[in-house]
Amino acid sequence: MTPDNKSVSGGSFGVDRRRFLAGVGTAALVISGAAVIHTGEAWGLEVQNLTPETMRTLIKMARDVYPHDRLADRFYAVAMKSYDAKAGADPASKAMIEDGVATLDGLARGKHGTGYAGVGWEAERVALLRQIETSPFFQTVRGGLVVSLYNQKEVWPAFGYEGESASKGGYVRRGFDDIAWL
Amino acid sequence: MAAKFDLNDGSVVAIVGSGAGGGTLGNELAQRGIKVVILEAGKRNEIEDFVNDEWDSFTQLAWKDMRTTSGSWRVHRDFPNLPAWIVKSVGGSTVHWAGASLRLQEHEFKTRTVYGAIAGANLLDWPLTLAELEPYYAKAEDKMGVTRTNNIPGLPGNNNFKVLAAGATKAGYKDVHTGNMAINSRPRDGRGVCQQIGFCFQGCKTGAKWSTLYSEIPKGERTGNLEVRPESHAARIEHDAAGKVTGVVYFDKDGKEQRQKARIVCVAGNSIETPRLLLLSQSSKFPDGLANSSGQVGRNYMRHMTGSVYAVFDRPVRMWRGTTMAGIVRDEAKNEPQRGFVGGYEMETLSLGLPFIAAFLDPGAWGREFTSAIDGYENMAGMWLVGEDMPQENNRITLDPTAKDKLGLPVASVHFDDHPNDVAMRAHAHKAGTAVYQAVDAVRVFPTPPYPSTHNLGTCRMAENSRDGVCNEWGQTHDIKNLFISDGSQFTTGGAENPTLTIVTLAIRQAEYLADQMGKNTI
Repeated sequence: MTPDNKSVSGGSFGVDRRRFLAGVGTAALVISGAAVIHTGEAWGLEVQNLTPETMRTLIKMARDVYPHDRLADRFYAVAMKSYDAKAGADPASKAMIEDGVATLDGLARGKHGTGYAGVGWEAERVALLRQIETSPFFQTVRGGLVVSLYNQKEVWPAFGYEGESASKGGYVRRGFDDIAWL
Repeated sequence: MAAKFDLNDGSVVAIVGSGAGGGTLGNELAQRGIKVVILEAGKRNEIEDFVNDEWDSFTQLAWKDMRTTSGSWRVHRDFPNLPAWIVKSVGGSTVHWAGASLRLQEHEFKTRTVYGAIAGANLLDWPLTLAELEPYYAKAEDKMGVTRTNNIPGLPGNNNFKVLAAGATKAGYKDVHTGNMAINSRPRDGRGVCQQIGFCFQGCKTGAKWSTLYSEIPKGERTGNLEVRPESHAARIEHDAAGKVTGVVYFDKDGKEQRQKARIVCVAGNSIETPRLLLLSQSSKFPDGLANSSGQVGRNYMRHMTGSVYAVFDRPVRMWRGTTMAGIVRDEAKNEPQRGFVGGYEMETLSLGLPFIAAFLDPGAWGREFTSAIDGYENMAGMWLVGEDMPQENNRITLDPTAKDKLGLPVASVHFDDHPNDVAMRAHAHKAGTAVYQAVDAVRVFPTPPYPSTHNLGTCRMAENSRDGVCNEWGQTHDIKNLFISDGSQFTTGGAENPTLTIVTLAIRQAEYLADQMGKNTI
């Protein structure tokens, strides 16, 4: 019950903007070298321990687990990026992630002839996730994600949440009782 | 200034824990000129250290040492190593408590008599009555500055309260107000007024909320009779050949074993750690642990019937703004067995920030059904349901046979099964809470399961007869005259009300008794 990922960085994760804007097409999440590149949101996430394909699947999976249409993919990438470092520090963790993704991709290929990230409809991907939802892999990813996604201060405005208030004097003069529609 | 006592000073009263029970008792004794050492497992985080951030604050304040769980309660599934959300820091759980300060009702002190025999429940009347406690409740309310007592006005209602009050009134409830709160609605006792910050659970940044951390403890320290020793984790209580306790062995901040000698030992580590310490103190003379001739140490663990109801409306509520729990509906708190259960429950405003609502709204849930609820966060109102649960002998704290903490001590294992009465009450409360929000046109309602326990009670209960419980009406253990229980572990039964006021009340009464008995040299 501790945050996996308290610090948040938006924008670039180590691949500069020109490098991927130069060579990629219009698909949202593409692989370039050791990086997952988001063409629409203009960021890249370089991985050192997991394969970039695995990270792409994790990001796709993260959105399917906690889908919020008002959140950009980068928040899901931030929420999942710590798994790369964990894979470097702990071989068992790396094996669980790589094996879990391989299982998920295998289920996707069997049913749809493509890896998980290539399955077109969310409902079809969710049906695959339901098949593995009791596995340690899924439980670990979901349990970490519920903290690492919703604990990003940058996502709070999308839900109206205002966060810290003591330094602003609380809400005693800032609308603690301003409800007008009752 | 704060005292500093020698480890070999066997004239002190040693108190384990600095929360509502231990912190209050320490000050009350110090005011009477009695020398006190409080051993607190946590660090001394002060007001300026508190953070308005749910996970960071959890990391800073919560008791995160491993515990294990078993039983049919959903907390075991959702949070297998976090049965309770309580504090490990000076001030104990008065740092994060919400401030709700309600007296137990008359019938709740005599449940065996009023409710009768209930299958599977280990009901027992308290060896105390409301009438006997009333003068001490009055002292506690004055000490804590409880609103709607002592001519202290109620807190202003925030948005979350306004939704609750409007719905409750439409649903026909009458006893609806902003609560009896130990949170200043005007300056009092050197503490300021509530600024409606909305982070009551993360430590009050203004000190408007009563806490032993910045009320009782500094007052006690100013007498020169009180020393609070943080980062001192009690490991066992020792005794002499005659069976009297002689002191407390603890691990200091460097993990080094220390031994504080004491004339009297009072245990106030909250209802999981208190019985754990008695069990850890087993010896050849007391092979089942200290003060356990009844076999009741660790048993009758209660955690209140709890649950929540959250509701989404078509317009904003912003429930996180303002005092978290300043709102109550009391109509369901009475005992009306025709509802299908004995005892009653309170409905109290509650809000969680976005990180915690995601973790606690429906633990384990995922997919669009769940995230569409989170999408409604800004338009959400929330209430907590808290009622009397049945004491059961097999709901108990034991020492885990294998798991050990970082000091090498067996961790507490918490077993809990809901009693059918608890289940029936929760179903009723979820339905009633739903009706409140539907009365003001909620578009979607979420009956939410219990969180890790914040109210932990009953594991060293008071009983008139030494066969039925661990301590007497003063919290003095039946078996060992200079060993006292000073926290919510004493509760014979739980009542429907948030327990802190009663814990403080019992501590004031216990201090009076202790001083009297020490004066007469009987202990």
